[in-house]
Amino acid sequence: MARYIIRRVLQIIPILLGITIISFAVIHLAPGKPTDLMLQLNPKIEYEAREKLERIYGLDKPLYAQYFDWLKKLMRLDFGNSFTDNRPVIDKIFERLPVTLLINFLAMAVILIFSIPIGVKSAVKRGSFFDKVMTVLVFIGFAAPGFWLALLLMSFFGVRLGILPVSGIVSLDFENFTLSHKTVDLLRHLILPVSVASIGGVAGISRYMRQSMLGVISQDYIRTARAKGLSERTVIHKHALRNALLPIITILGLSIPALISGSVILETIFGIPGMGRLMVEAVFTRDYNVVMAGLVISAFLTLAGNLIADIAYVYADPRIRYDKISRPVR
Amino acid sequence: MTKKLLRNKLTLFGAGIILLLVLIAVFAPYITKYDPTCINIQDALLRPSLEHPFGTDSLGRDLFTRIIYASRIALLIGFVAVGLAAAIGVFFGSVAGYFGGKIDSAIMRFADVMLCFPAFFLILAVIAVVGPGIFNIMVVIGLTSWMGMARLIRAEILSLKTRDYVLASRSLGASNFFIITKHLIPNGIGPVLVSLIFGVAGAILTEAGLSFIGLGVQPPDPSWGNILMEGKAVMGAGWWVILFPGLAILITVLAFNLFGEGLRDALNPGKS
Repeated sequence: MARYIIRRVLQIIPILLGITIISFAVIHLAPGKPTDLMLQLNPKIEYEAREKLERIYGLDKPLYAQYFDWLKKLMRLDFGNSFTDNRPVIDKIFERLPVTLLINFLAMAVILIFSIPIGVKSAVKRGSFFDKVMTVLVFIGFAAPGFWLALLLMSFFGVRLGILPVSGIVSLDFENFTLSHKTVDLLRHLILPVSVASIGGVAGISRYMRQSMLGVISQDYIRTARAKGLSERTVIHKHALRNALLPIITILGLSIPALISGSVILETIFGIPGMGRLMVEAVFTRDYNVVMAGLVISAFLTLAGNLIADIAYVYADPRIRYDKISRPVR
Repeated sequence: MTKKLLRNKLTLFGAGIILLLVLIAVFAPYITKYDPTCINIQDALLRPSLEHPFGTDSLGRDLFTRIIYASRIALLIGFVAVGLAAAIGVFFGSVAGYFGGKIDSAIMRFADVMLCFPAFFLILAVIAVVGPGIFNIMVVIGLTSWMGMARLIRAEILSLKTRDYVLASRSLGASNFFIITKHLIPNGIGPVLVSLIFGVAGAILTEAGLSFIGLGVQPPDPSWGNILMEGKAVMGAGWWVILFPGLAILITVLAFNLFGEGLRDALNPGKS
């Protein structure tokens, strides 16, 4: 197992490098220099000052040298300073990351709690009224844009009923609350964003769960379990469910980029100070250091998620001999 | 295959809605008498009525008109972006699958790396550099969504290239280009077509999302996303400003998904 993990971690090194190359290329392929905007905003700037600024940012060097300079700093988690307030980019990101991770972890939990029972029931009672209703809901859940559902929920629970806050992550006078009050306040603010973040995932994963369960139920060992006289409950919950859950681990790993992508719009609409909103703000102000850092870190998070999913899969599935494993052939 | 497609009512329903949407987009000026960008402040935020079936927005523009004009932009971006993605994906995928070896691993590692980026972050980063706008959005979505199609066509070509008719063609002196474009791609394009249909739905959702946060189609051009963004500011004053544009997105995406699902079942009879 340890050997598999080490091998798997080593495999991601070229991918990490690739991520940094693409992130760097995206920002530097465009005509003009990142400093142009700073200079345009300040027409009084002298030619010498312009040269000095370009030297500070290393823009006078050839592109590959700029890339290696940037990569060296990146290894120390130094993404440079933000163009807007001149603070280290990494500080800004670490301020924003916990909220985004919190919402995504909660969403992941909600997705699992709802989608697995729905998928299992749809599969076991295939063709029933429940299955048909769920199929329709899944299609709608897939097609409805999250930000629209967010707006509908906000206008209903926030504006019309006035029972849930529609913006921010805590109330204005949060600092003065007691600990229990703080928790309740945070949770109340999280209800709508987490619900919206989970809807697409519940639709998707419950579909996969249904498919996976259908595949397992038709297997011989399920027939054997039934033939032994086990109760239907034991057959479904112990024998079938465990095997049907395996592919879900991989699917969960693969759904991480979509979750992180979703946080961009979600945080913008609910006014949540997370990574996604930081990215949008940086795009509006053309704060390239923040954009590059956001890109690299979001891709690293995806990669880490996939790695954890792969390792969890091997751990969960005894049929895989992890000392000799190689990546599945695509 | 066509028979199978026609048998499924939901697929037909999806295809029907898509056709209807295309007709609405093409004949938009004949369907409505209003101008999508003409501001009419005294008519601001009128409830849905016979005059204005979907009501009016905060600037007094007819919402029905804006929504049907926005379908032009949504479909244009959806089709062009996915067309571009398919062109890139089929090119990379078929070259990788046909030639194999180092070319194959280089292309597929590149695709793996691209797949690591949460799509929206990558799109935002490119927009930070090139700026928003209809043309940029189409290109950016196309450039960031070809990887799945490349994998699909590569897998098809890996199995097709060992067939006897390819060997026969080669022994008759056919060039690699001829074999790829005349034999392999036409035979292996099925899964890509399915992914194309789902891709249009995805691109429309992405465009709506980008326009909603102000980084997509720029006002006063109407897009379902930016109509919703403008509606958000006044949603307490009128439910119709947020209900109808969202429904338009929902129905469009649903139609493409239903059609794609039907197409997939028709192409893989065993796997439905």
